Amino acid sequence: MIEKLTQPWPWYVAGAIIGLIVPTLLILGNKHFGISANLRHMCAACFPSNIPFFNYDWKKESWNLFFIGGILVGGIISTQYLSSPDPVIIHPDLAKDLTQFGITDFSGLVPVQLFSFDQLFTLRGLIMMVGGGFLVGFGTRYAGGCTSGHAIMGLSDLQWPSLVATISFMIGGFLMTNLILPYILAL
Amino acid sequence: MKTKQEETDFEVRSLDTMCVNESELVHPWWYNFKYAAVGVIFGIVFIKAEIISWFRIQEMFKLQSFHMYGVIGTAVVVGAISVFLIKKLKIKTVHGEEITFTNKKFNKGQIYGGLIFGLGWAITGACPGPLFAQLGSGSLAVIVVIASAMAGTWVYGKFREQLPH
Repeated sequence: MIEKLTQPWPWYVAGAIIGLIVPTLLILGNKHFGISANLRHMCAACFPSNIPFFNYDWKKESWNLFFIGGILVGGIISTQYLSSPDPVIIHPDLAKDLTQFGITDFSGLVPVQLFSFDQLFTLRGLIMMVGGGFLVGFGTRYAGGCTSGHAIMGLSDLQWPSLVATISFMIGGFLMTNLILPYILAL
Repeated sequence: MKTKQEETDFEVRSLDTMCVNESELVHPWWYNFKYAAVGVIFGIVFIKAEIISWFRIQEMFKLQSFHMYGVIGTAVVVGAISVFLIKKLKIKTVHGEEITFTNKKFNKGQIYGGLIFGLGWAITGACPGPLFAQLGSGSLAVIVVIASAMAGTWVYGKFREQLPH
């Protein structure tokens, strides 16, 4: 059993569990699955600065902060106790593309050659960590949700604005990975 | 004036993914640990199915792997069947409250914001949830990405009125 758990899990297992989080949260307390609003709650808690958008009772949404706290702990647990000793397998074409840009370490889930404190002092690292993070925070709130709130919760509830948002996420991603990212990686 | 403020606030709140569905019941704060428990399971799935992998996200946007499409597709199908059943059978929460749904209103932010988030998603290889799992997996530098995402949300809140919606 434990051996099965330490192998990478197939997509249908992961997808089914994530899908079941939707009814679990609803049944536990009428909570709608979503993550990115936490960034707003964190702003409301720490830097409300008289901005109307951040002046609301964030404590009412504290369940959501507990939820991401759990995600963080889940990350620690699975890395400590359930991690597979085998290297992560990546597509050979992707490996070839990345090698051109000097990215040769495919050992972790997060490439250390791009995301580390050392990289923060390079132009490429600064753009990717600070710039990328900014776009994620700005874009999700502007769109009113992220992959969980729109793509999973919204589509599960057959909300067409969520479909618009999800298609926009995908277009943005395709543009970045295929057209813009090669220039950033080349820096 | 105060009423108007509250109404506006509700509008802002209902545009979001959550922030609606307020419960009348008051629970002790530690009841929230049940949501943390669900989060733990989610975090484990994130890591074990390599959803938080920067490489998996690149493969998705280069159409080199079916993995992420399979994960999201299965999640939507399972989620949709669950929501359908909850509505059909009028299932209540464990506290006996009604489960409610709010229709999302379309606004242009879903397009502009969606495109911007998509750009960021492909750079960081993570949406907001995986960022926290990445941090938990030991990539401590991701704290910089999270802080920057908070800054992005803050700047959006600051200039919200001037942006086209």
